[in-house]
Amino acid sequence: MNNRPTVRKGVLKRVIRELFRRDKIKLAVCLVCVVTGAAVGLCSSLFVQMLIDDCITPGLSDGLSSVAGRMAAYLALFGAVYAVGVLSAFFMSRLMAKITMNFLARVRNAMFEKMESLPVRYFDTHTHGDIMSFYTNDVDTLINLVYASLPQIVSSVATIVTMIALMLWFSVWLTLVVIACSVASLWVAKTVGGRSARHFLSQQRALARTEGYVEEMMHGQKVVKVFCYEERATAGFDGINENWYREAEKANSFANMMMPIMANIGNITYVLLAFLGAALIMLNAVNVTLTGVQPLTVGIVVSFLGMSRSFSMSFNQMAQQTNAVVMAMAGADRIFSLIDEKPEDDNGYVRLVRARVDENGDLCETDERTGVWAWKHPHGDGTTTYTRLTGHIQFFDVDFGYVPDKIVLHDVTIDATPGKKIAFVGATGAGKTTITNLINRFYDLADGKIRYDGININKIKKADLRRSLGIVLQDTCLFTGTVMDNIRYGRLDATDEECVAAAKLANAHDFITRLPDGYNTVLTPDGSLSQGQRQLLAIARAAVADAPVMIMDEATSSIDTRTEALVQKGTDRLMAGRTVFIIAHRLSTVKGADLIMVLDHGRIIEQGTHEELIAKGGQYYMLYTGAFELE
Amino acid sequence: MIKVLMRSVREYRTPSILSPVYVSMEVVLECIIPYIMSRLINEIYGNDMKNILTYGFILLGMAFLSLACGALAGKYCAKAAVGFAKNLRRDMYAKVQTFSFANIDKFSSASLVTRLTTDVTNVQNAYMMIIRIAVRSPLMLVFSLVMALVVNAEMALIFAVLLPLLGFSMFLLIRRVYPMFKSVFDRYDNLNDSVQENVKGIRVVKAYVREEYEKNKFFSKTEELRKDFTRAETTIALANPIMTFCMYAASLVIAGWGAYIIVKTFGGYDASGLPVWGQLSTGDLSSMMTYAIQILSSLMMLSMILVNIAMSRASAERIVEVLSEQSEIVNPDNPVTEVADGRVDFDGVSFKYSASAEKLALYGIDLHIASGETVGILGGTGSGKSSLIQLIPRLYDVTSGSVRVAGVDVRNYDLKTLRDSVSVVLQKNELFGGTVKENLRWGNENATDEEIVEAAKAAQAHEFVSAMPFGYDSRIEQGGVNVSGGQKQRLCIARALLKKPKVLIFDDSTSAVDTATDYRIRTALKNVIPGTTKIIIAQRVASVMDADKIVVMDGGTVAAVGTHEQLLRECEIYREVYETQTKAGENE
Repeated sequence: MNNRPTVRKGVLKRVIRELFRRDKIKLAVCLVCVVTGAAVGLCSSLFVQMLIDDCITPGLSDGLSSVAGRMAAYLALFGAVYAVGVLSAFFMSRLMAKITMNFLARVRNAMFEKMESLPVRYFDTHTHGDIMSFYTNDVDTLINLVYASLPQIVSSVATIVTMIALMLWFSVWLTLVVIACSVASLWVAKTVGGRSARHFLSQQRALARTEGYVEEMMHGQKVVKVFCYEERATAGFDGINENWYREAEKANSFANMMMPIMANIGNITYVLLAFLGAALIMLNAVNVTLTGVQPLTVGIVVSFLGMSRSFSMSFNQMAQQTNAVVMAMAGADRIFSLIDEKPEDDNGYVRLVRARVDENGDLCETDERTGVWAWKHPHGDGTTTYTRLTGHIQFFDVDFGYVPDKIVLHDVTIDATPGKKIAFVGATGAGKTTITNLINRFYDLADGKIRYDGININKIKKADLRRSLGIVLQDTCLFTGTVMDNIRYGRLDATDEECVAAAKLANAHDFITRLPDGYNTVLTPDGSLSQGQRQLLAIARAAVADAPVMIMDEATSSIDTRTEALVQKGTDRLMAGRTVFIIAHRLSTVKGADLIMVLDHGRIIEQGTHEELIAKGGQYYMLYTGAFELE
Repeated sequence: MIKVLMRSVREYRTPSILSPVYVSMEVVLECIIPYIMSRLINEIYGNDMKNILTYGFILLGMAFLSLACGALAGKYCAKAAVGFAKNLRRDMYAKVQTFSFANIDKFSSASLVTRLTTDVTNVQNAYMMIIRIAVRSPLMLVFSLVMALVVNAEMALIFAVLLPLLGFSMFLLIRRVYPMFKSVFDRYDNLNDSVQENVKGIRVVKAYVREEYEKNKFFSKTEELRKDFTRAETTIALANPIMTFCMYAASLVIAGWGAYIIVKTFGGYDASGLPVWGQLSTGDLSSMMTYAIQILSSLMMLSMILVNIAMSRASAERIVEVLSEQSEIVNPDNPVTEVADGRVDFDGVSFKYSASAEKLALYGIDLHIASGETVGILGGTGSGKSSLIQLIPRLYDVTSGSVRVAGVDVRNYDLKTLRDSVSVVLQKNELFGGTVKENLRWGNENATDEEIVEAAKAAQAHEFVSAMPFGYDSRIEQGGVNVSGGQKQRLCIARALLKKPKVLIFDDSTSAVDTATDYRIRTALKNVIPGTTKIIIAQRVASVMDADKIVVMDGGTVAAVGTHEQLLRECEIYREVYETQTKAGENE
């Protein structure tokens, strides 16, 4: 079993490409600073060697005065070099912070922009939690990569490469010791780290299971109480929790052990170097270097100690980063998969425009707010025709399935002439909501067609199509913001007066004025409004939009009858003079409709007015006159 | 707070102690190594191979010992922290199981989930840090400082300058940046909230063609976040150059001053050609440098850890809140362990949800239900229907008055006995991940397959369950998302039926079930469990019309009790509700 998250090829390349898309100068400067920083670190090893061999050792025999001048010069030189080091650290950290934050904002915006353009189907097939984790976990790992891992890796590589060169320049033998120890350290990192990574993944899964269980049980805690299920629920939890513990213990043990082991291998290297160096000097052994055979000095040994320290540090840091890089790649891959997702396609070319009737009685386009709208329909031969927006919607033999091989609507044919009210009646799952989802093209048909004012809705630009439809959905979905903002959501250029008028129309004005800050009351996600009040706001929102066609998917089962009556009054007023599709839960609404469609398993089994259907004595009649009435 | 948390350490006490012990040993070793190393370096001048060998082996032994200590510390630390987290989570979970409805309401389930997941993980990480790195850094700091003083007290004085400099500037930096990060996190949450809102409301966004609008809203939020975040990060980024500065300053001063002292105080060579070191040797110089690095980086580490631990404080507080919560409903002494029949009596009951609530949710309730009766309850939102029935299985306690089942005050019953006899199908009901059968067995874990089918038939669930791919062994996803609302309600009813209760309560349990099915369920109940008292809360008059008795609730009290015909004649509220539901529209 492959325990590493699978990542598409070229993800790292793409992250770097995206990173370099902006802030090019900052990045270049940053890169220079990283390398400079590494170089200065390197110099400090040289410094010790030079000081000991050029100043201290000769000073010991010749006295202080003979070396004082050189010492001062060295100190000044390295003081300057260190100053450069500090400056480059300063610029590096600042620039890196800026670059990362800019990059982060770009990634977030790109993700959100794409998300907004995705078809509704995408949201059906991905859980909210999954989508949210793009913005939280995956982005977090990506920041980590850009902010910590990448600079670290660049700096480590620079240090390691130059350090090896420098070490070879001093002594091949000692270098071999350092490299041998590094290989050992690498091996430990690989075995211990690999084990840790493996357990971390199963730990992550176990944790997800624990959290899933907790989430489920906490939400059902009242049910647990009612069924006296406490003990069994605890027993179930214990099993899962224990399982998590076993994995987490191993994962964390290995992870915790890795650093001390690697650090102490550094210590061992350190000891070996001193030991071997001392032995070599004493035995006057031949010291091979890059520049030929040179004598080994105390200074070299001491500076080697320093070099091995920074060498193993860089080495360990690299090893540590590999895990972070793998995780970040998986995160970045998921982010890119969202960004690469195909947006909702829209081949519509028929636009909705403001219109007026000219002197010949023809429709023509205008910028004035005439209250008249027309479909602007350009044709292949270069001509353009205008069709008045009236709200005439026709279904012709429509078939539809959310998944291709499972058709949920069959042969649906409807003719909703302007101003008519069409009600859908049927059991839960009969396909009522599905029909309304097709009118606004949340989904595309499998077969058949829908015409709007005689135009195939596939030809109409989606945005314009949706603008011509007012919708009150089952799930009201208000947004964080004031009451006024939420009403204005229906039409952004609506004035305060228009919003208030809409609220009055929807019967929402009364309760709004009783809220602590009236129209300026801020709604929070958890919401302090009752379901009925939220429904009224959703109706007001639709009222502001003032579209010729309304789709009302009411959900009043959770609202008590009195509130329902209030909501009903609001909707009745809103429906006047419009083509309305109603998914009804109330008999009165259904009875008042111009056409009632009885749906069963995705088929229209009966249609007609209330009287016609009663007279027919079919399913509707059964529902209406039986021992039970309609929902 | 710490005392409450520490109670969950239990069997992980030993590793919790071993971890810092091994860490300390590792630190001591790591501090002595450079010192002995300096002896070894000095020996180079001495030309005695034997001494070098001795020192070399001592050093190697110490390095391996230090490795072992470090690894063991890591292992025990993991065991202790993970075990602590496990116990903590378990203790919280067990605590929540004792919660009454009032306790659950107080916390809300979403917040309990966060406390049991994220907060525990935060505390686990903090604990891991405390028993290892928070021990290591100060020890390292102190030991290295001591060693530096041993090597050369005069030179160690530079730490008297550098340490306060680094410490103070880190302090200032953190104090400045802490509130910045707090606001960053707020903005971050805010941003994620708006993503969530968009994911949930995508249909509304699309229906109103507000994609551009939402995008711009989001962009300005990311921009604000970016600005704040950049400000915070560039500020904290100062730590890096400050640290680098201190490091380099230390090494420059030590090197220069050290070299000066070495040469100045050098005592020449003795008769055998060995150097006579003055106040400082070359070896000392190299160990001084090592100590400098250790001292400064420990201080740096320490300040970072303190910040991290401080950040987990909020999580710890939230956990302690759960652990210290006392359940308000507990088993009485000498409880009654049998419920004789399904009689229910309310005598002068009033009730409010919390002691601090101003308004009574129920008042002046006197209601008597005979065993085996079917009672319908009707009333608007907030009229107290749900509150009323939740008192029967003692999900809440009355504020005054008494509720009796089978003539015994519910507060005198064994809770399990009472709740097994009084079965409630809650308004907000849940199914759990598992098969249909497993879910139904919640009602009675020893139910036979026949009993399960029987209950499902009565609840009108048998038909759709049989149509599922694996029948009663089909999986219900977490939260029951793969069944429709109506199906979920029917499964919940079947589950409650399996308890074979004396009193069965439906709290608006058929709202998503279509009327025909609703009717069939009621008919089945009448035939299958004639002896059980059935209390049905409903919005639809039709659901309660044929009950023996209908209770109309209004504003927290009983407005009227009677049969359908009586109420139609006598109760205005009832008539009004009935008419809006059935008659309305006829005259339009």
